[in-house]
Amino acid sequence: MDIIIEGIKQAFILLFTLDPEVIGITWLSLKVSGIATFISLLIGISVGTMIALTQFPGKRIVISLINTGMGLPPVVVGLFVTIFLWRNGPLGFLDILYTPTAIIVAQTVIATPIVMGISLAAIQHLPANLRLQILALGATRLQMVWILVKEARLPLLAAIMAGFGGVISEVGASIMVGGNIKGYTRVLTTATVMETSKGNFDIAMALSIILLLLAFFINAVLTHVQQRERPR
Amino acid sequence: MNSEKSILEANNLQVKRGGVPVLNISYLGIPEGKVLCFIGPNGAGKSSLLLALSCLLKLFRGEIIFRGKRVGSNYTIFDYRRNLSMVFQEPLLFDTTVFENVAAGLRIRGVKQDEVKRVVEEYLERFGICHLANRSARRLSGGEAQRTSLARAFAIRPEIIFLDEPFSSLDPPTRESLMGDLELILRATKTTGIMATHDQMEALRLSDQIAVMNEGKIIQIGSPTEVMNHPVNEFVASFVGTETILTGKVIKRDTGTFSVSVAGRDIEAVGDASPGESVILCIRPENVTISTGSSKEITSARNVFSSVVKRIIPSGTFYKVELDCGFPLVTYVTNNAREDLSMHEGMDVTASFKATAIHVIRKKLLSSSGD
Repeated sequence: MDIIIEGIKQAFILLFTLDPEVIGITWLSLKVSGIATFISLLIGISVGTMIALTQFPGKRIVISLINTGMGLPPVVVGLFVTIFLWRNGPLGFLDILYTPTAIIVAQTVIATPIVMGISLAAIQHLPANLRLQILALGATRLQMVWILVKEARLPLLAAIMAGFGGVISEVGASIMVGGNIKGYTRVLTTATVMETSKGNFDIAMALSIILLLLAFFINAVLTHVQQRERPR
Repeated sequence: MNSEKSILEANNLQVKRGGVPVLNISYLGIPEGKVLCFIGPNGAGKSSLLLALSCLLKLFRGEIIFRGKRVGSNYTIFDYRRNLSMVFQEPLLFDTTVFENVAAGLRIRGVKQDEVKRVVEEYLERFGICHLANRSARRLSGGEAQRTSLARAFAIRPEIIFLDEPFSSLDPPTRESLMGDLELILRATKTTGIMATHDQMEALRLSDQIAVMNEGKIIQIGSPTEVMNHPVNEFVASFVGTETILTGKVIKRDTGTFSVSVAGRDIEAVGDASPGESVILCIRPENVTISTGSSKEITSARNVFSSVVKRIIPSGTFYKVELDCGFPLVTYVTNNAREDLSMHEGMDVTASFKATAIHVIRKKLLSSSGD
């Protein structure tokens, strides 16, 4: 019981004294996962929308592949990103393994199928005649896609939440491609793993509380936007 | 088929869905400023035809000509689409305010803000939804939503408006009031209307021309009375119903009733209409009674006409009887009644129906254009 109370106490001390190391780790987590989510939104929404709006042979297979990708295990992603970025790997020349950039790459790979899958479903769930209605109003194809994305904005907010939630809490890939280097690639999750393995439960718990608060805060903001949009 | 100038023509139109032909139209010409209604059962190809004519559906074969320009060759589909708009059975509103919905087509065209405001307000007014301008489109009743959809379609001031069963999901009173407004606006703006419906009353009310469709083909096209009274085949006859549809001019008005001259005979109907006005009278067969010329029955019916039996058509448990009273009239008799009256073709009978049994469609707005 002491461990828990001590942990919570320690966590708040670290938080309120603005411990530079904790702040640094938190900031890096936010930055890395934020950028990864942003990139995955660009790719996921555009490709997801495109797939939803076009008919081609093998569409079902592509959709089931994307849906499978939504549950991609982070360690598997970590392994493949490591292999690609390895010194003599296909992308070794980029020399970004064990940097924050490598974590961004891995997290983007994790978040993209999540965003893509949700976007695809969101666009597909719009009424079938809505596309025709928009075209009949004189829209170009691009205008039509933009209006459809705007119509699907509420489920797309869910895509942002799911994508961000997926990568901020992920540890396997971050530790493999980032290396948990102090002050450089150490993020909240990797730090928590390390502190726990060292038996520093108080610090680990402090980091976990920050992680929870972060996830809660971001989702609260997005949920607020979503609820305000659709008054009932 | 008509000598008037066609705003839109279709030649040899063929459409396939999933490899199955759903539409096969050899020629169709749509006169400018008129309203054409396609009627037919579900699956007749009405919706497909509307989509094909608006180039929202890929043609398997054929051409569409708008104001003499062939769409898709020297005139792009996109340019063509900017002349028209479409209203579906579902209102398909965007998740924003009523104002922004009506503005959508104008925003797509990059119209300036003050112009958008002016036009949107005009059409909100015309459809009686000014008070809803700032309401979310998600919180509208069915009728309000369809009004918004119609206002959105008219706000871009299209040359042709396509209406695909626009009233089908509305309750009768809502439908009635919206139809009245639509009729006024169609006439006021002189917009060419192309509508699909399975309701012949809607078609009669709004259209200058009716086209009956079945299995992807146009079976008959013509003026409402022509199609209703002279169906070209059994299918059209059974689809347009066995109702008698007559056009006439109001000649006299009394309190609560008025007289209509149809083919030289006067018919009395209940309601209000002014002399000189064109009206359509619909009489259901079950409201027409026949007696033989000899029997002097006293009837309370206001409309009694001596007539001749033209045809007796067996229809299951009863017979459908076509009479000639100077105008065509259809009625039903049971097998027993037919035997009792020893009815045969060419026989003289007396037909009667009550003034209250007539369904009157006022075509006030059309009278100026003649029949």
